Amino acid sequence: MNGQSALDRFLQTDPQDVGCEEAMGWMHVYVELVATDPATVSRYPGIAAHLRACGPCAEDFEGLLAAIAPPAT
Amino acid sequence: MEPAEPTARGGCATLDAELDPDSAEWLRSLGGSARESDAAQIRLHALLLRIARSEVRRRSGQLKISGPELDDIAHQAANDALMAIIAKTGQFRGDSRFTTWAFKFVMFEVSTKIGRHFWRNPTAPIDAEHWERLPNRLALDPAQESEWRELVAALRRLIDTVLTSRQRRIFVSIVLNEVPVDALAAELGSNRNAIYKALFDARRKLRAALVANGYLDDNTSRRP
Repeated sequence: MNGQSALDRFLQTDPQDVGCEEAMGWMHVYVELVATDPATVSRYPGIAAHLRACGPCAEDFEGLLAAIAPPAT
Repeated sequence: MEPAEPTARGGCATLDAELDPDSAEWLRSLGGSARESDAAQIRLHALLLRIARSEVRRRSGQLKISGPELDDIAHQAANDALMAIIAKTGQFRGDSRFTTWAFKFVMFEVSTKIGRHFWRNPTAPIDAEHWERLPNRLALDPAQESEWRELVAALRRLIDTVLTSRQRRIFVSIVLNEVPVDALAAELGSNRNAIYKALFDARRKLRAALVANGYLDDNTSRRP
């Protein structure tokens, strides 16, 4: 990757990104959809965009997904 | 359970769904007599503590924390999550299982506690500026320095001239000094959303300035 494309990628922002507050507000709903019906996730592009860009919210999401997973047998 | 519809901003609309039996029982017992409520809070706390312990273990690989300190964070997170849940039970809309909604508070509290803990052993002083890390943070190849040296110099100039002092401080802390967002929020008395928004706006302004100065093309505003 050359310098231009690396820097461009680093500075890219997604206009659909809803931000932490809205993503956190709906994380419990979104995580159940991901766990039970991943096909419906495409209906929530703003939250998906945010979780791709925000490491801390993505970390919380991964933790919540693990928390609601059925115990391993 | 019928999912909420997305809003124009990409989020979801409010709904009041019918509760599943477990969620209804949690709400009934937490809102019951003092004796019932106390017993429910004890049960809920035990559940939250189990989730908090599991979560701090899951994150322990990224942290310089172990043993009793890690368990202390789990206890603090479970205690504060319980308080938040009790205070906000009236806001639970029934659009997920009650426990999923409750576990979310555990995640937030674990993140907050870990963020505060960062300053016990910070990787850099809050006022440090590790500009030498910038090429690495941009994933630039050292072997091609002649190609990106001018671009990085332009970026550094724009960080000083285009950003507000707050945006600059946040950009430098997170990008150059690798301070975690939640740790910076704790240090500045702010919150994750405000820090993220400042960084989002800073990235957008820097990109626009680089385009305006001919360093980047304006044809790459893709959506991931």
